[in-house]
Amino acid sequence: MDAIFLQILNGLDKGSAYALIALGLTLIFGTLGVVNFAHGALFMIGAFCAVTLQRILTLSTEIIDETKTDFLGNPLKVKTPYVETWFGPEVGQSIIDWSVPLALIIAVPVMLFVGVAMERGLVKHFYKRPHADQILVTFGLAIVLQEIIKYYFGANPIQTPAPEALVGSFDFGVLLGMDPNVVIYPIWRLVYFIFAIVIICAVFGFLQFTTFGMVVRAGMADRETVGLLGIDIDKRFTAMFGIAAIVAGLAGVMYGPILAPNYHMGMDFLVLSFVVVVVGGMGSLPGAVAAGFLLGILQSFASMNQIKAFVPGIDQIIIYLIAIVVLLTRPRGLLGRKGVMEE
Amino acid sequence: MSNSKLTRRGLLKTGAGAGLALSAPTLFTGASWAASHTGFTNAPTGSTVTIGFNVPQTGPYAEEGLDELRAQELAVEHLNGEGDGGMLDTFSEKNLDGTGILGKKVEFVTGDTATKSDVARASARSMIEKDGVTMINGGSSSGVAIAVQGLCQEAGIIFMAGLTHSNDTTGKDRKANGFRHFFNGYMSGAALGPILEKELGKDRRAYHLTADYTWGWTQEESMIGSTEAIGWETANKVLTPVGAGDFSSYITPVLQSGADVLVLNHYGGDMVNSLTQAVQFGLRDAQANGKDFQIVVPLYSELMAAGAGANIKGILGSMNWNWQLPDEGTAAFTKSFGEKYGRPPSGSAHTCYVQTLLYADAVTRAGSFAPCAVAEALEGFEFDGMGNGPTLYRAEDHQCFKDVLVVRGAENPTTEYDTLEIVEVTPVEQVTYAPDHAMFGGAEASLGSCNNGA
Amino acid sequence: MLGLTKKDGTLFIAVVLLTVLAPFILNPFPENSAMAQFNAGYPDLMQRFVIFGIFAMGFNILFGLTGYLSFGHAAFLGVGSYATVWMYKLLSYNVLPGLVLAIIVSGLFALLIGYISLRRSGIYFSILTLAFAEMSYRIAFSDLLGRFVGTTITNGETGLQVYSNDPQILLGQNGIEATHFFGFEMGASRILEMAGWSFTFNFGFYFCAVIFMAMFYMTIRIFRSPFGLMLRSVKSNQQRMNYTGVNSKPYTLAAFVISGMYAGLAGGLLAAMDPLAGGERMFWTESGAVVLMTILGGAGTLLGPILGAGFIKYFENIFSKINDNVLHSWFAFLPDGMENFMVTIIHPFVGKGWHLTLGVLFMLIVIFLPGGLVEGGQRIGRLFGRKKSEAEPKPGAIKPAE
Repeated sequence: MDAIFLQILNGLDKGSAYALIALGLTLIFGTLGVVNFAHGALFMIGAFCAVTLQRILTLSTEIIDETKTDFLGNPLKVKTPYVETWFGPEVGQSIIDWSVPLALIIAVPVMLFVGVAMERGLVKHFYKRPHADQILVTFGLAIVLQEIIKYYFGANPIQTPAPEALVGSFDFGVLLGMDPNVVIYPIWRLVYFIFAIVIICAVFGFLQFTTFGMVVRAGMADRETVGLLGIDIDKRFTAMFGIAAIVAGLAGVMYGPILAPNYHMGMDFLVLSFVVVVVGGMGSLPGAVAAGFLLGILQSFASMNQIKAFVPGIDQIIIYLIAIVVLLTRPRGLLGRKGVMEE
Repeated sequence: MSNSKLTRRGLLKTGAGAGLALSAPTLFTGASWAASHTGFTNAPTGSTVTIGFNVPQTGPYAEEGLDELRAQELAVEHLNGEGDGGMLDTFSEKNLDGTGILGKKVEFVTGDTATKSDVARASARSMIEKDGVTMINGGSSSGVAIAVQGLCQEAGIIFMAGLTHSNDTTGKDRKANGFRHFFNGYMSGAALGPILEKELGKDRRAYHLTADYTWGWTQEESMIGSTEAIGWETANKVLTPVGAGDFSSYITPVLQSGADVLVLNHYGGDMVNSLTQAVQFGLRDAQANGKDFQIVVPLYSELMAAGAGANIKGILGSMNWNWQLPDEGTAAFTKSFGEKYGRPPSGSAHTCYVQTLLYADAVTRAGSFAPCAVAEALEGFEFDGMGNGPTLYRAEDHQCFKDVLVVRGAENPTTEYDTLEIVEVTPVEQVTYAPDHAMFGGAEASLGSCNNGA
Repeated sequence: MLGLTKKDGTLFIAVVLLTVLAPFILNPFPENSAMAQFNAGYPDLMQRFVIFGIFAMGFNILFGLTGYLSFGHAAFLGVGSYATVWMYKLLSYNVLPGLVLAIIVSGLFALLIGYISLRRSGIYFSILTLAFAEMSYRIAFSDLLGRFVGTTITNGETGLQVYSNDPQILLGQNGIEATHFFGFEMGASRILEMAGWSFTFNFGFYFCAVIFMAMFYMTIRIFRSPFGLMLRSVKSNQQRMNYTGVNSKPYTLAAFVISGMYAGLAGGLLAAMDPLAGGERMFWTESGAVVLMTILGGAGTLLGPILGAGFIKYFENIFSKINDNVLHSWFAFLPDGMENFMVTIIHPFVGKGWHLTLGVLFMLIVIFLPGGLVEGGQRIGRLFGRKKSEAEPKPGAIKPAE
């Protein structure tokens, strides 16, 4: 029982990441009809916002310490971050310690800029082009973006730890009346889950309850008619691209403490996020979110030893198996609309 | 038609040397050329010899490949008499005098393996066919090493493996033209066994998480063998997909299984993620069966340690070599490397550097670049001064036998480079095994016969 | 000629000539010049050009004609390779049984996957093929199938290869220990030396080249056949076809199976040139690569996919080998400061950065040449012979079936 409960938590956590990426991807699919292969790269750039902030905060003064030596036998250069010299060691340390949550603040404008620049500068010109061309150009862009990151940050993963205060574990079992120390779960992963729910609700609320969102939804349903009503739908679509980029980027920032950022993390998520979006149904935001959590939970269950003992290696192929089953039984995924990306 | 895998470069040089009129088209056939001239693939005939460095430059192991490349370039410099000579001065053989190999200046070409067998073989074939290399060195995964080793065997050149830790490389997939200096899964297990017994006791239950590919399987087999030998039980062994990213669903069952040790048979990014997440799930601080829960990472590398950051503190593992060793050879190499690149060399860099020098030395002792002659010179060769103490290149399986390091993540590193501290240097006797050991293909495994190609 | 129109015949002859003379054409630079780095006329790469040409050509029959974008074609390539290596292990190093089996097995595999996947269209179809291919990759890479039946099927990450204790029942006492075609070894080469140039003629390359030319001929015939026309109408308006009472599914499925067999043949040839089959051959990036090759060259054109395949393979093999040493030797004639400056500028784009160059080129080509490399060629052609080409329709351009 507790094992299953833990796997559900794992699945919700995995699902949060899948759902956030798929949400952004669907926003772009649904509103703009663009197959964006660079979406994984946006997730990766988000994660590297945290890395960059961490680098900036740990910019240091170097003082030569004659008593110690480095690996070549030269006097050791002791580094002290500027923030520590300015604010004192304790405040400085805690600023550095909180660099991941702080990175959320800088990630919003950075991702907005990246998203809008991408849409205005490149993707805009591909609305009328075949999907194949969109794939090629956004894939090219994804490669370029990740190679730039590799050039500056290297290929090795870089740790972006969670703040000390959020590192420990939370005893879930006690809440549910189980023995202590049976169902414990890392606090940061719970934070990630809550964060995902907040973002998802915010996006839905934005689309549901604002005039802007209403127009965008109308545009998703029937772009031409909205255009005929004299509404400049293009500008709103640019904004939607920016929002999708922000969602992907924030998901990346917060994922850093779970998965040390590396330059190819976007590509690793790319295929999976497309599977999630399609299983959810093209053009359906609730579908993308539902599929994200569904696949996350089923993947976690498939990793259980009892199930692996029954079908070896099932955890490796479960996602694709589910995708096939869903697409064969429900022609347009879980909640897809007729006619979207079926031509 | 005879089977020849000649290259244009080698031929051109012969052609020129033989004083053939270059203006007249000449059609060579492989057979006549090979028979009357040298009798082996890519025989260098001009004033230079070309060797190939095939390392991952793209993909997750790109950083490791880059470090290997640094060391290889350094080795070429030292062979050609540039720089401070590095390990040439500490090497027990004194045949290399900085005039290249057999008086020929050493040139090199580089290629990208992308840590994929296919890409690695394409790159290696281009080195053999286009650039005329006599030896290929490098790599940072066992699948690639075995694939390229097989290719070099077919083509008739020497393969000096880089980082490859699977038992199979010199086990069931051993080849007469291939040589491995790096240690292997069995040696890791054998070295760690007594230390684990001493530090963690005899009464332990181990839970294995293993990357689901060839290296992971042999590593797991080796670790189970050596831990069960000291009386440990194996609670469970679970295979994880390569590149899984989020290992949470594999980690949560660990504490409930009644295990009190987690063995992570992962490498590279997988190890960074699984270890980070295991620590995040509180395994390092947990109690099980009335003991402190422990994590073991059988194979460490400096780059993985850097990637895992503070998570490796106190965690045991093994290494082939580390720059903090006190011997002369290590000091010379670390100084030479550090002064050129501003950082100490990694273990994979060391193995590639040493392999390049060993090849050069073997050619010099054999007096020939012919693969069979070089292989003969390397077989049963004993040397010292290369950082690992007295070392033997065993003739039966072309595996180096030398001391193995047991290391631990340092609690208080002073710089970013001393994140690992040496716990013990396990003597070579303890990690030696019979050439027909069951984990190494048993009695069936054979090197085959050496191939000169051409 | 051979049942081809004059234009197709000219194209075919041009391709045949280019292929036969490839050892000369791909080695334009003298042996010891600095530019020799750009020579591509060595057996391995020439073989790859034609093999991946076949792969992309087959993919184009599906994608270029019907518009169905398969994202899992590498699975068929991988299956073909495994089938061929298994023939080596069981019979002998003669490539013929392996190639035949590769085509059969990949055809059957494509029939199965195609039958299921073609029940959906658009992106749903793409994701279904992708899901099948990713499963195939996972199964091969960890040898899950082998674990299930308790023996080695794909040999996991190491890749399937021939061991000395394999049955090889047709090998005989002194059989040839390298891949061959009735005694002619694939690795055999002859080398022509000529005034500083040298040209390699490799049996393996010509073996692949002959198959490549045959496949190219077949592709032209398919494109021009009523079947080809039918496939095009699937792309332009499937609904209208269905209304007229034509069931388009068998045609699309046939196209899928044919293109799967092309891929299987390509995979078999890869194993014929180099007797090893690795699981990475089925990874999604490989499926993606053939999509890129086809779009890059020009989807739906006869020549495009071949050009695209050559383009990508060239970068993969030539640019990745340029290191700083090579750069310094190119610019050695400049003063030191200039030399270092040039090396610094070019450094990020070559060697370990060759992916960057590839990404930039993908973007430039698709932005400025929507029809791929073939369109680039046509534009250049128009510059020189304006009046001729304007009157004619684009070669192989898709004409809607009205």
